[in-house]
This record gives sequence, structure tokens and C-alpha cells, in this order.
Amino acid sequence: MSDDIQVTKVFDLKGLACPMPVVKVSKGIKEVEVGQVIEAQTTDPGSLSDFPAWAKTSGNEIVKTEQEDKLIKFYIKRLV
Amino acid sequence: MDMQNVETQLEELKSSLEALNKKTAENKLAMIIFSGDMDKVLASFVIASGAVAMGMDVVMFFTFWGTPVLRDKKKNVGGKDIMGKMFGTMLPKGTGDVKLSRMNMGGMGTAMMKSLMKKKNVASLEEMIALAEELGVRIYVCEMSMDLMGFTREEFIDYKGLGFAGVATFLQEAQNSKIQLFV
Repeated sequence: MSDDIQVTKVFDLKGLACPMPVVKVSKGIKEVEVGQVIEAQTTDPGSLSDFPAWAKTSGNEIVKTEQEDKLIKFYIKRLV
Repeated sequence: MDMQNVETQLEELKSSLEALNKKTAENKLAMIIFSGDMDKVLASFVIASGAVAMGMDVVMFFTFWGTPVLRDKKKNVGGKDIMGKMFGTMLPKGTGDVKLSRMNMGGMGTAMMKSLMKKKNVASLEEMIALAEELGVRIYVCEMSMDLMGFTREEFIDYKGLGFAGVATFLQEAQNSKIQLFV
């Protein structure tokens, strides 16, 4: 977990293939309040471009992206 | 300019805005699934569920070779004529019978692809249809194809949001959709 970001909920999407990470995160973001941040963990390399595309379209914000080997962590703030 | 004039202009503005709103495309994806190939139908459902994730309303029209993909293996209907029986036997009965568009190799390629998909955690066609239903993707089956191939409504899968319609219904949906795809 990133030290400066307050994460409300963590979603383990590791091992899932397209389109599941984006489908799950679009549902998951609705489980927190507007202004809160979720952490989504994926191992799908496609999510590196898909998550920003989803965030931009849905009107949410990716606050931070971290990468450790194959693991990708997105910190996404619910804005809408 | 007097008040009367301003009011008339306001009315004109209002009506032209209404007309404009009617022309504006909705945040919707309209797809035609003409193909009955496993890979193409799978790709269609991947796009459909992705579109819902992106906040879009999605409607899919299954026509021609795409039609039998939505038949339910467990359902049997009687009373078909000879042609209907022939089509019913020769065409796939649901997702379990559909083949890859390439490298099918007498069914071996399709079986290999299915096991590979499982290994790589890619959702199966059955799972994708269940997901689409959960996400509220609407599906229409082409009545003309059904009539041609002798299918009845009773032999299609149980799917919330399944309808039966013709080309005008598709065009009405497509007309105000941002994206239209033919697969």
C-alpha cells in the first residue's frame, strides 16, 4: 500500500484476463463513496492502458500507478 | 427589440434545441452478430461487457449464423417440418457446438483453444453470456433468421433482456448509438 494514499477498499484482480479487470473495477468503484480511493491489483499487462482509458471515460481519477514485476497496482479515486 | 420578438426567438431556440437533442447519439453500442464462429462471438461479448464497464448501454442483434449460438442445448421443441428439422440438426445447438473461425482442425483446434483459455483465465463464451446478462446487455434475435432456419422462441436460452425483432428495431437502436459494429 502506498504510504500517502488512504485506501478504502482493495480489489484483487490478479490473474484475470481482459475484459474482467475493467468490468470488476467499474463495479468495485461504486462500493466506495465519492472522494474515496480504491486499490486495484492486476497482472494483465493490457490494464496499463485500459485502466487509464476506463478512468478517463467514466470520469474517475487514477491517483497513482505502481508496478512490481508483473503486479500492477492502481490507486483510483472515485469522482462520480 | 420588443418583448414579443424575444419570446418568439426563445421559442424557436427551444424547438431547435429539442430537435438537436433528438439527433444526438446516446452513449450506446449497437452490435450485429452475423457470425456464428466461437472466436468472433466471444470477441463480441468481450467488447459488449467492456462497453458496459465504460458506462455504455449495449444492445446486440444476433442474425443469420449468429442465431443458433443462442439456442439452448437442454430445450427440445417438436412440430418442425423437414427443413426445420434438418437445420436444427445441422446448425450448432448453443455455445457448446460453436467452432473457431480458423484452425478448427476437425474440432481439435477449438478444444485446444478452450483448454488454453481456461489455463490463461480467459472467460468462456458461456461465462461471458452470463456476465452480459448480469451487466444488463440487451440481446435481440433476428426473427427472419429464426423463420428461415425453423427456430422457435422456445428453444433459445433463458436470458433476462432477450427479445425477438427485425431490422427496423436494430436500425432504431443503431441510429442513436455512438458506436455500431458488425461482426
